[in-house]
Amino acid sequence: MHEMSLVEGMRTIIDRVAADPGIVRVTRVRVEIGRFAGVEKAALSFAWDVVMHGSKAEGAALEIIDLPGTALCYDCGATAQIESRLDPCPVCGSGKVMPEQGDEMRIKDMEVI
Amino acid sequence: MCSVCGCSDIVTADGKSVGHAHSHDHDHPHDHGHDHGHHHAHDHAHSHDHVHGEYKHGHDEHGHHHPQPDARGDHHYGTGAAGVSVPGMSQSRLIEVETAILSKNDTFAAGNRRVLDALEVFAVNLVSSPGSGKTTLLCETIKRLGDVPLAVIEGDQQTANDAERIRATGARAVQINTGKGCHLDGHMVGHALDQLRLRQGAFLFIENVGNLVCPAAFDLGEDCKVAILSVTEGEDKPLKYPDMFTASTLAILNKTDLAPHCDVDLDLYAANLKRVNPDIEIIALSARTGEGMDRWIEWLTARRDAKRTG
Repeated sequence: MHEMSLVEGMRTIIDRVAADPGIVRVTRVRVEIGRFAGVEKAALSFAWDVVMHGSKAEGAALEIIDLPGTALCYDCGATAQIESRLDPCPVCGSGKVMPEQGDEMRIKDMEVI
Repeated sequence: MCSVCGCSDIVTADGKSVGHAHSHDHDHPHDHGHDHGHHHAHDHAHSHDHVHGEYKHGHDEHGHHHPQPDARGDHHYGTGAAGVSVPGMSQSRLIEVETAILSKNDTFAAGNRRVLDALEVFAVNLVSSPGSGKTTLLCETIKRLGDVPLAVIEGDQQTANDAERIRATGARAVQINTGKGCHLDGHMVGHALDQLRLRQGAFLFIENVGNLVCPAAFDLGEDCKVAILSVTEGEDKPLKYPDMFTASTLAILNKTDLAPHCDVDLDLYAANLKRVNPDIEIIALSARTGEGMDRWIEWLTARRDAKRTG
C-alpha cells in the first residue's frame, strides 16, 4: 500500500502523545497490523526510519504485531481463521467466504523515557 | 513508479522528480542522507477555518508534516530538536495508545458523512485502475441523469483534464491533484465539498485516483465504493487486487462492446469477483454504446431514493 502515508499518520499520533514535557524520548512503538490490512512490513519499517527523523521517536524500535484474519463462510456459517483473502473455508471448503477481521492498523502502545 | 507503494516518483515544488528509494538490507553500518520528501499542494483556494454544518476543524487539527524545501528543492527531515538525552533518566514507561493509524482520516471522513447525510446526498466513491473508463462512464451517467442535481470530485495526480471533461457536460466539478499521492483522503474531499455547495438530494460522484490498491483503505465519507473494471484488464484482476473488490458494494464491468474482440470470459470475471466478495453486485455495461447503462442508472436512483426515505 502506501506505507509512507501510514507512517505519517503514526507520527501525528505519536507526536501528540509524546508532546508531554515529561517524555524525553520514545524508545519503542508497538503497532498491530491485521493480516488483510495490505501493509508491507518492509516498506513500513523503511518509512518509519525516514518519517520519524526529527521527532521524539527518532531511532525508536518499531515492533509489528500480526493480527490474524478471520472470515465468515456463507455456506456453513463458520467463522474461521484464514491466511489469505482467497483461501476457502477451512471447515467446509466453500469459496464463499467474507473476511470479517484482519484489516486493523492500530498503534497499541509505546515505551518512553 | 515505485514498485513498493505504487506511487509515482516524488516531485518537488520546482517540478523536478527526485525519485525515492526503498529498503534493502545491509550487514554493514553506513550513514546516508535522505532526499526523500513529500509535497502537499492544493491548486484550489481554501480557508482553514471553515465550518461544515456542525463539523468544525481549525488549522491546528491539520497537523500533518510539511517539510520546507530548501533552495535546491530538497526536503530535509531530521533537523528537529530530537535525540536529546537527559542524564539520570533511564527508567522507561509504557504508554497505552490504542489508536487507529488512520484515525485522523476517519475523523475527516465522519465529518464529510455528516454533511452528506444532512443534505441527503448519495455519494459514490469510484475506484479502478487507470484507463478503465471511469470518466467516460461518468460523462454518460451525467447525460442520462438529466436534470437531477449532481456534482463531481475528480482525483488525479496531475492535470485538470478530467474535471474539464465533466464540466463540458454542464455538471459542477472540482479537480483535486494529489501530486505524489496515490489516493484521495477525507481531508481533501472535505475541502472540495466546501467548494461544491451541494444541493439537497443530489448525487456526488468522487472519481478516485486510478489505483486498485491504496484507495481501498481511505474512507472519504461516501455511501459506497463502486469498482470499475474493463473487460480488457483480465479476468484475474479481482484475485490480484482483492482488497479493493472486497471494499466495494458494486462492480461495473465496463467496455463490454470490446468483449468479442479480446477473448473475454465474462462469467469468469463474475466468478472471480464473487470469490473475493460474495456480497458484491455486478453490472456489465458499455459506456460507449450505452448497453447496460439503464441498470446502472436504476441502481443509483434506487440507492439515492432509499437514502432519502431512509
